[in-house]
Amino acid sequence: MNGSEFVPLSLVPMLTGIFVAVACALPGNFLVLRRQALIGDAISHVVLPGIVVAFLLTGVVSTWPMLLGAAGAAIVAVVAIEAVRRLGKIEAGAAMGVIFTAMFAGGVLLLEQSDTSSVHLDVEHALYGNLESLIWLDATGWSSLWDLEALAGLPVELPRMAITLVVVALFIAIFWRPLKISTFDEGFARTIGMQTNLLGLALVIMAAIAAVAAFDAVGSIIVIAMFICPPAAARLMTNRLEHQVGWSVAFAALAAIIGYVLAGYGPLWIGFADSVSAAGMIATVSGLILGITALIGPHRLRGAAAPTA
Amino acid sequence: MTVELAAVAGQSTSDINRAQSPLAIRGMTVSYGQKPAVFSVDMTVEPGKMTAIIGPNGAGKSTLLKAALGILKPLAGTTTVYGKSVSEQRHRIAYVPQRASVDWDFPTRVIDVVLMGLYPQLGLLGRVRPMHRAKANDCLIRVGMQDFATRQIGQLSGGQQQRVFLARALAQDADLYLLDEPFAGVDAATEKAIIGVLKSLRDAGKTVVAVHHDLSTVAEYFDNVFLINTRRVAEGPVASTFVTQTLQDAYGGRLAGAQMEALRLAPLDASTS
Repeated sequence: MNGSEFVPLSLVPMLTGIFVAVACALPGNFLVLRRQALIGDAISHVVLPGIVVAFLLTGVVSTWPMLLGAAGAAIVAVVAIEAVRRLGKIEAGAAMGVIFTAMFAGGVLLLEQSDTSSVHLDVEHALYGNLESLIWLDATGWSSLWDLEALAGLPVELPRMAITLVVVALFIAIFWRPLKISTFDEGFARTIGMQTNLLGLALVIMAAIAAVAAFDAVGSIIVIAMFICPPAAARLMTNRLEHQVGWSVAFAALAAIIGYVLAGYGPLWIGFADSVSAAGMIATVSGLILGITALIGPHRLRGAAAPTA
Repeated sequence: MTVELAAVAGQSTSDINRAQSPLAIRGMTVSYGQKPAVFSVDMTVEPGKMTAIIGPNGAGKSTLLKAALGILKPLAGTTTVYGKSVSEQRHRIAYVPQRASVDWDFPTRVIDVVLMGLYPQLGLLGRVRPMHRAKANDCLIRVGMQDFATRQIGQLSGGQQQRVFLARALAQDADLYLLDEPFAGVDAATEKAIIGVLKSLRDAGKTVVAVHHDLSTVAEYFDNVFLINTRRVAEGPVASTFVTQTLQDAYGGRLAGAQMEALRLAPLDASTS
């Protein structure tokens, strides 16, 4: 494939996919270790009603109202989950399951009842996103990367996801030690003066920012997968958190690239005419990577079953 | 009745000592639900001594420590450390949680856990320098774990994990060491190693407080005892406080006469056993 075809058609969706995958996988490492992996799942579901409400209020599909609506819904969900957990005295996973399915279902109903036929907002879009539609019309080839006029025509999702990735990565880098210490031993972390509750909340907010920013471009399926699959696969590759995060970034990027290519060309290779959803394929590939590491990862056996070396 | 009298008797002296006490707790009350786990407990730890917190299961021993440190939010009560609030004195406190309270499957190495004790020095982004590594390694030597520095913590035995926790506390260079069940589920060699380290801390003028389960070793290991059963039962030197009467008060009927005998304590009288 040459540049004049690749750059306008595939470069932007592929990069966006990579940024989404990495931005979700980074906080996912800590969420998985804190046994809060479902939070990512919850957030990516609850943004739907938030986005629909934002659309009903403003009447347009535009970035900022949608992001605000989604963020508002995420906050409502976090508070509701905590309320159900504490008042009902039930396990966090169950509380999340109750809240996010209820809110997502509410969002679907709202979406069906409201007149969104004129705009690009439907249930399918919410699930799969629309990675393939991120076409860079102004690009003519690799040289367009240095052409300011062409760069101005980049789909807005790409720079938005890039900024999100930078914000999430900076948060993880700056608060690395408190995140690591409080994830391992919260009691000890408090005795040395760490605000563990605030830190936990900040981590969830970072995950929410990644999920909301990713939602529009890629839908909720890929977000759910990326919070869990790359970090879980990475955990099976190493016994050091520093290396685990590195592996998770590599796995996330790999899933995005392989998934995108397989979705676009895989069906053609085996004789089908149409391509399949890139978001769905990326999520599937990340699951396959997890499956492979579970079979052959060097640190898949731990505790008593681990070989002592 | 005797319990309340003991508390009142202890009050006057303990208030005088409060400013110097490494750990002074007043009116600590904690509840997990309807029933209080710890009710209106006062405690005044004597400096430079090893104090055991003892009491039956569910008596609130760990809860008292956690509430004093602010890990749990108490309903009421205040804690001072060397006369000032806990938040002002964090650098003088080293806390060793129960080993079972953390996930040892966490992807990190022994040396990294010890380095966590140096976080107050390192801060958010401070570089780990050779002097920090040397310090951490020195702490591992003191607990006999230097050969395991690069092991993943999940590959250690329970006793080894407990020693790593102690090494992290040593790295904090504190004046007050608070340990929650440091001997729970550890092998005999580890128990000996840990008590050796704790006694050397005490001999260096540090104060050690440990939640302790094994009544048979109290007299051998500790200078003072603090007996609790939701309420404070008694506190003071082992010789005068770790006696049949206070143990009966703390444990109720749960300690049989035979156990008392094993502790070489005189049974209260024939009718109570």
